Amino acid sequence: MMDLLATAGETLSGVTGYIYPNEYELHWSILIVVYPYLTGLVAGAFILASLERVFKVKALQPVYRLSLLGALAFLIVAPLPLLAHLGRPERALEMFLTPHTSSAMAMFGFVYAWYLMVVLLLEIWFDYRHDFVVWSNSSRGWRKIVYKILTLGATDISPKALAWDEKIGRVITIIGIPSAFLLHGYVGFIFGSVKANPWWSSVLMPIVFLFSAIVSGIAIILLLYLLMSLLRGRQIDMSCLNKLGEFLLYAMIVDFSLELLDFVHRLYESEESINILSQMISSRLFISLIVTQIIIGSAVPLVGLAVARFARMQDEMRRLLYFICAVLVQIGIFSTRWNVVIGGQLFSKSLRGLTIYKLELFGIEGLLVASTMLIMPFVILYVLSRVMPVWMGAKPRGV
Amino acid sequence: MSAQHPGMSRRDFMENLSTKLTLWLTLAATVDPMALLAEAQKDNDPTQHNYAMGVDIHKCIGCGRCAVACKEENHVPKEPMFFRTWIERYVVPIKGETHVESPNGGINGFNQVEDDKSILRTFFVPKLCNHCEQAPCVQVCPVGATFTTRDGVVLVDETYCVGCRYCIQACPYGARYLHPEEKVADKCTFCYHRITKGMLPACVEVCPTQARVFGELDKSSSPLLRFLRFNEVNVLKPWLNTKPKVFYAGADGEVI
Repeated sequence: MMDLLATAGETLSGVTGYIYPNEYELHWSILIVVYPYLTGLVAGAFILASLERVFKVKALQPVYRLSLLGALAFLIVAPLPLLAHLGRPERALEMFLTPHTSSAMAMFGFVYAWYLMVVLLLEIWFDYRHDFVVWSNSSRGWRKIVYKILTLGATDISPKALAWDEKIGRVITIIGIPSAFLLHGYVGFIFGSVKANPWWSSVLMPIVFLFSAIVSGIAIILLLYLLMSLLRGRQIDMSCLNKLGEFLLYAMIVDFSLELLDFVHRLYESEESINILSQMISSRLFISLIVTQIIIGSAVPLVGLAVARFARMQDEMRRLLYFICAVLVQIGIFSTRWNVVIGGQLFSKSLRGLTIYKLELFGIEGLLVASTMLIMPFVILYVLSRVMPVWMGAKPRGV
Repeated sequence: MSAQHPGMSRRDFMENLSTKLTLWLTLAATVDPMALLAEAQKDNDPTQHNYAMGVDIHKCIGCGRCAVACKEENHVPKEPMFFRTWIERYVVPIKGETHVESPNGGINGFNQVEDDKSILRTFFVPKLCNHCEQAPCVQVCPVGATFTTRDGVVLVDETYCVGCRYCIQACPYGARYLHPEEKVADKCTFCYHRITKGMLPACVEVCPTQARVFGELDKSSSPLLRFLRFNEVNVLKPWLNTKPKVFYAGADGEVI
């Protein structure tokens, strides 16, 4: 009993004001921060790929396949933090087998499955089919077998067949854009539709999630392109890099404006929750919201990107600036997810008190597991790019 | 024997016995046991009930017996961060912010309020799941493990819950927690195992001041209807349109 009281005392120590007794435990941990962060990267990377495919932004062609495979790698890992977070993970499949149709979370499973199966895998397959056939003929050993399997028996690479691949790929991308919007907009809806929580409950939430997803997706592909080119010792296509930086800047302006709108709107409406939310921002969330999300993660890279894109400087300097900005953007977007998920649980629904989140290092919901899940997509991407090279076979569209 | 039954001879005893036997046999012949069973089932027909609770804040003395009884009855973990029901104390000063507290859910009582000259009023508010008619927890559960019974009680199927905790986030009243051993969502059931047998929920049973009134909304004979008739009642956070079925008499806008 003394142990229990000691535990309780320790737990209670971080609380100010009054919180409901059941609120001492934070229910959604860092794993739930990782989840929208990863899905955001999926949606952003895919939308970047579609800029090249559908909107014919030719300058982005070098990163088209990287974007698609990147999106796949992030998408494969995205459900893992959710699964690890479940109290009874062995029952996870029930969400698919017996979904409750009024639940935003249950329906997300289907949005995810649609996106993975119908959009991403199909688009990648149609884009790589020609190469699979060529590689299955030119390689030996296990690689030959793998490529043979990946062709799924469709080995016709006549110009007519390739033209058809191209046409279908385009159609899938056109379907894919609203699907990508849906995927991450939906994640925003999961939070935005919780009317019990004034920090989450906002009609803007899906839209803010979407634009922050585009920002994070472009920034991660920019980073990967820079790093992979550096590691491979290849020349970076500056027109591609500039285009990436330009789109990143535009997306950030929209994203930042939307978040500002949300902020001003809340402040101006000044509903009953405003006092406790202001307290939370000025104390518990000061570092992660004001410092890392707004200053380091938004304002600084906004200026940096504008300078890198439009100022006169050497390419070496420009690349460095892009690199720094893209890293800061990732920190900023991760902070955004943190502030939504953790911030939404730091104040009591009694609107009378604040609690704290103690991030553990070990354990299933700890920092180590979360970090592993953040690293995993890059390992998967590495393996994928070994089997399906993202640079080889790149050819101008329509040829 | 005769000393114990001075007025009863052997003849009287036999006559008495034969009369009773005749009565029993007649009853057995005329009463259809199936009809009796149907009658009993009708009484347990969930569609015939709509359970709800009333809480009279003026009567609550903050003794915490309800929270204790609840933990005992429902095997709620003893740690002070798991409650199916708890008691809050509101101390409203003449000037300044209202102070609310619920140390260990009110189970060990409350400390004496000092400096009572600066206090306008104090009162206790028992809290529990509101068994909302439009329950957000039921809406968001991805597998339907949280559901509303036909007699109007919101329950969790612990054999089906996946432990995602979306319902805990969706509950505006902080009424839910994740059971530390079972790893599933848990909350007040109105003591469903008791009320379906015609008993009262444990918290209502033990309340020394009858601050809690349990009953049925659609039955004019229910004590709850009397409570609703003679009190001006509020529900918690009515603006969220959850339609709670725990009604508070004497709760002002401070109580959310």
